Amino acid sequence: MIHTISTGPHALAQGKFIRSLGDGRIEIDAGGRILIGTPVTRRHSVSHGKSPFLRALTAPRWKTGLFAAVSALAVTFGNVPAARAQDPVEILNVSYDPTREFYRQYNELFNAWWTGEGHEAVTLRQSHGGSGGQARSVIDGLEATVVTLALSADISAIADRSGKIPEDWQSRLPHNSSPYTSTIVFLVRDGNPKGIADWDDLANDGVEVITPNPKTSGGARWNFMAAWAWALEEFDGDEDQARAYMASLYRNVPVLDTGARGSTNTFTQRGIGDVLLAWENEAFLALAEQGEDAFDIVVPSVSMLAEPPVTLVDGNITSDAQREAAEAYLEHLYSPEAQALALKNFYRAWDTSAATEEDIARFPEVERLSIDEFGGWAEVQPVFFGDGGIFDQIFEEQ
Amino acid sequence: MSDVAHSVHRATPVTTEPRLTRRILTGTVVALVAVLLFAPLIAVFAEALREGWAASLEGLSSPDAHAAIRLTLIVAAIAVPLNAVFGIAAAWAITKFDFRGKAFLITLIDLPFSVSPVVAGLALVLLFGANSWLGAWLIAHDLKIVFAFPGIILATMFVTFPFVARELIPVMMEQGRAEEEAALTLGASGWRTFFTVTLPNIRWALLYGVLLCNARAMGEFGAVAVISGKIRGETTTMPIMIEMLYNEYLSVAAFSLAAALALLALVTLFLKSLLEWRYADLLAATRRH
Repeated sequence: MIHTISTGPHALAQGKFIRSLGDGRIEIDAGGRILIGTPVTRRHSVSHGKSPFLRALTAPRWKTGLFAAVSALAVTFGNVPAARAQDPVEILNVSYDPTREFYRQYNELFNAWWTGEGHEAVTLRQSHGGSGGQARSVIDGLEATVVTLALSADISAIADRSGKIPEDWQSRLPHNSSPYTSTIVFLVRDGNPKGIADWDDLANDGVEVITPNPKTSGGARWNFMAAWAWALEEFDGDEDQARAYMASLYRNVPVLDTGARGSTNTFTQRGIGDVLLAWENEAFLALAEQGEDAFDIVVPSVSMLAEPPVTLVDGNITSDAQREAAEAYLEHLYSPEAQALALKNFYRAWDTSAATEEDIARFPEVERLSIDEFGGWAEVQPVFFGDGGIFDQIFEEQ
Repeated sequence: MSDVAHSVHRATPVTTEPRLTRRILTGTVVALVAVLLFAPLIAVFAEALREGWAASLEGLSSPDAHAAIRLTLIVAAIAVPLNAVFGIAAAWAITKFDFRGKAFLITLIDLPFSVSPVVAGLALVLLFGANSWLGAWLIAHDLKIVFAFPGIILATMFVTFPFVARELIPVMMEQGRAEEEAALTLGASGWRTFFTVTLPNIRWALLYGVLLCNARAMGEFGAVAVISGKIRGETTTMPIMIEMLYNEYLSVAAFSLAAALALLALVTLFLKSLLEWRYADLLAATRRH
C-alpha cells in the first residue's frame, strides 16, 4: 500500500509502507530510499485509484498542489529502476501497420495460455507504423523486446545497424521466422468499374493506383516486387520493358502514403483511386470493416509469397524472465490456436488444424513467387529500394 | 495591438465604402469562417456522436484513451509553465537590455515557427537517439529521452517555444523602460519592480501567449509523432491516439477523442473570452499604454 508522508514543513514523499515507529511517524520505501515522516492526514490523502499527480493538482491550495505535483513527478520518474524489478515482465512488440487487430487478439490469447502454464501475466505493449519507419525507430533506440515487421530486410537493417539482433536471426524460428504469410492483391471499387483483372491493367491511362511509399512501407516493397515479378514474366525477362511498365504504373499513383494502413484509408475512406495494391489481409479487413458491397478483391495471375518475419531483439532484453516470456511469445505464434487466429485475421497461416472451414476456404489459389527468386531481401533491398536504386530511377524518369 | 486600435480610428475611408462592398466583404469572411473553421468542427462532433452518447463515452473510457488524455494534460502542464517562464525571461532580456547579437537571438527564438515539426522531432532523435554519443551515454545511464516521456516534453517545448516570447516582445518594446526605471529610482527592488510594474503591464499579452502555447502543446502532432515511438497507452498523446484509432477503423472512438481535444481547446478559448469580458475596462486601460 502506498502512503504519503510529510518529511518537513513543505516536503511530501510517497512510497510503500514499511513499519510504524510508534510515535505517530512511519517508515516508507520511496523507490529504494527509506524515508521517515508523519503520514499525511486522510483529508489530503484522497482515495486510491487517483494518481498522485492528479491528487496533487486537485489539492486545496494551489501552491501546495503545485509542489506536490512536482514531487509526484519526481517520485514517478525516480521510481522507474526500482519498480522494474518487481513489476510484471513487459514485452514491447514493435510491429507494422496491418497487424494491429491480429496482435490485439493474440496478446489476450498468449496471456491466457501463459498464465495457464503457471507464469505471471505479461504486460504486452504494442507499437504500430510503417515497417521501415518502425525499424528505424528501433535502430534509434526504441526499446523493442520483439519485432514483428513486414519483411526480413527491415529486421536485417536492425541487425546490421544496431547489432542488437544476431546475423542468423531468420533461422531461429520455423518457416524463415514467418509464422504467417500473405500475398499482394488488388482491392477495386464495387463492380470493378475500370475492369481491372491483372497487372497490365494498372498501367492503363486513367487508372489511379494507390500504393504506399516503398522507402518507408514494407507492404509497398512487396507491391513493387509483385508488379516487377509479373512484368519480368510477361516480357520474358526483358528488364527495360519491365522498367517501362513500372514507370507507367507509378505514373498512375497520385499519392504515396508512408504505411500500408495509410494507403488503405486513402482508398477506402477518402475515396481516392481506382485500385489499391494491398496486403491480402488488409484487403479482407477493409471488406469486413467497410461492408462487402463497397469493394471487390481481384487476385492477379502472379503475386508474391510475402513472409512477414518475427524475432527477438536480444540487445534490449533486460532479464531472464523477460527473455523466457518473449521467446514463448514468439514461439506460441506457431501454436494451432494462434495460427487459427492468424487465419481468422486474413493471414495465410501454416497450421490449419484449429481453424474453421470458413477461414480456410477464404483464400483463392494464386501463383506466389518467393523473394528468394530475386536473391532475397538482402540483395533486393539495396538494388531496388536503396538510394538511387531502381525505384528511384523509375520515379525520377516521370 | 494599440496599432490596430489607432488605425481603426484613423482609417475612416473603409467605413465610407458603399453598403454593398461592406456586405460582400463581411459575407466572404463569414462564409470562409463557416466553411473552413465551423463546418469541420461540427463534422468532428457529429461523427463522434454518430452512434449516440453511450458509444462515444465508451470510446473515451478505454484505458488507452485515458492514458492519452492524462499524458497530453501532463505534457501541457509541464511544457507551458516552463515556456511561460522562458518567454518572460527572453522578452525581458530583449526589450530591457542592449547587447550584441540581439537580432540574432530574436531570429533564433522564431526558429521553431519556421522549422517543420517533423524536422524538429527528427533533430531530437538525432541528438538523443541511440546512435549519437549523447544518446549512447544516456542509455548507458538508464535515462530514456527518445521514445519516452522526456522526449515528448522536449518536442512539445521546442514547438511551443516562441509563443509567449513573441506575444510579449512587441508589448514590452512599446512600453519601454521608463516605468521600471521610475520604480527603481523610487527604491523598489528588482523583483518588486517586476511584480508590481512589469507583470501588470504585460499580463494580457502573457495570458494570450500562454493560451496559444497551451492550445498548441495539446494539439502538437508532427514532432511528437516522430519521437513518441507510438507505444500504446504509454507514449501516445491525444493527437497520436486519434490517428491510431482512425487507422484501426474505430471511427467513433477516434472522433470522440478528437471532440474531447477540441473541447479542451474550446474551454481555453472560453476562458479567454470570459476574462476579456470580465476585465474589459482594465483591458482597455492597459492597451492605452
